[in-house]
Amino acid sequence: MAITIKLPAQLRDAAAGESAVTVQDAGSVGDALAKLYERHAELRERLADEGGELRRFVNVYLKGEDVRFLDGLATPVADGDEITILPAVAGG
Amino acid sequence: MQGSPVFDPSRLFAAGPGRREDHMPADALKCKECSTTYPLEARFVCERCFGPLEVAYSRPDEDPAALKRRIQAGPHTIWRYADFLPLTGPARSALPTGWTPLVKADRLAERLGIRELYIKNETANPTHSFKDRVVSVALARALELGFDTLACASTGNLANAVAAHAAAAGLPAYVLIPHDLEEQKVLATGSYGAQIVAIRGNYDDVNRLCTEVSGERPSWAFVNINLRPYYAEGSKTLAFETAEQLGWELPDRVVGPIASGSQFTKVARGFQEFIDAGLVEGRLPIMNGAQAEGCSPVATAYAAGEEVCRPVKPKTIAKSLAIGNPADGPYAIELARRTGGGVDAVSDDEIRAGIKLLAHTTGIFTEAAGGVTIATLAKLAERGDIDRDERVVALVTGDGLKTLDAVRGSFETTEIDASLDEFDARFAYAGAAA
Repeated sequence: MAITIKLPAQLRDAAAGESAVTVQDAGSVGDALAKLYERHAELRERLADEGGELRRFVNVYLKGEDVRFLDGLATPVADGDEITILPAVAGG
Repeated sequence: MQGSPVFDPSRLFAAGPGRREDHMPADALKCKECSTTYPLEARFVCERCFGPLEVAYSRPDEDPAALKRRIQAGPHTIWRYADFLPLTGPARSALPTGWTPLVKADRLAERLGIRELYIKNETANPTHSFKDRVVSVALARALELGFDTLACASTGNLANAVAAHAAAAGLPAYVLIPHDLEEQKVLATGSYGAQIVAIRGNYDDVNRLCTEVSGERPSWAFVNINLRPYYAEGSKTLAFETAEQLGWELPDRVVGPIASGSQFTKVARGFQEFIDAGLVEGRLPIMNGAQAEGCSPVATAYAAGEEVCRPVKPKTIAKSLAIGNPADGPYAIELARRTGGGVDAVSDDEIRAGIKLLAHTTGIFTEAAGGVTIATLAKLAERGDIDRDERVVALVTGDGLKTLDAVRGSFETTEIDASLDEFDARFAYAGAAA
């Protein structure tokens, strides 16, 4: 079971230049991110606070929907789903 | 041709007398969350914590009187405040922006029981909203940084401004908007020659797509994404002008709309910079934010005593404020609390009444966002939040011709034949008014 996580330009230097990372066997958005951090440890401190919650200026989307409209990090994911991480400070 | 009204940008937009050429008043971009600094490039987000970047200045210890004289000798546009803007060269743009009227609204003040009330009339800008200010600064910086295309994610007013300023500068423009925007805003944008891309989704979907696109197209300046720190600085000029137009004094209270919260926070920052530079005396005005009930993530978080806004799906006639996931929401809440103000939300019916009240008492026809501001002002006055001796400024940020649906059906037209008898029959004449 593969989940693709798309990374914004601002994070790619912490992910060996990759613009997307595929992780296996994740049950939720939070699971998928944990597997991303296992692969690229520096991403954890960039995206999450000490308690493991997403920093307040990080937006995470599952198939284009902000996960805060779903179940947050507990939102279940299925094979082939795409997660997108983006900075929240844009627009207005 | 001396004294000719022919427009010459090189004369109008040179820096004011005494301002050094090729001097950047700003020092760096600085993260508002963790204070990491970056060079003054096209970046908008802190790579360490994803916090927003803001332009940082170290103000030279200058005689306020000399600074004031330099401002007063400058052009009647936002560029008179070049000492407070993040540009290297003398700022130039082909579309004069700013120095909009500050209108003393005595009839509206009397209606609301306020002693002294002014309307900052932003409908007088080139594309009839405050967005000309932020686009002017973003475009000027984009040209300094070598960008070749202007773009934005917009709820309509920004689309107008980006399209017009790009046309004046000779740059191609891409404007991404929600598919259901007011027709007036779309038609005006297209008339300037911009490529309009209507996204099947709401503004937050548009914003997400633009954030992705901006990461992949390094020669495009998305004014409110990769150029956002510079763009946002343009809103400070609302405060600079207001203070100067009040005779170098501060208002006691400012009521303004909140969409992303950028303008709201930057207006306060503008007043603070004038205080710090010694140009005005006193303390920061009480800041009151205005939202529509159909999209009020900031007002909701404020009322609940929270610091972070929970995103919402917008549903309101105030489409220019329909941002469900406001980037500067936490800072807007903090500012409202710190200054003793607040953030209120008003219904669509109250918005329509606000548009009407402003038009009937001041002769200023505002779009729905201005209706939100006036309805909030009325609510504050009715609630007794405004002290009897306060001097209040309300920011009317856009033109009513852009949101005609908001007033459709709100009055009747009388149709008759071209006949004096019929006219007299409809409108009885009782002699001259006393």
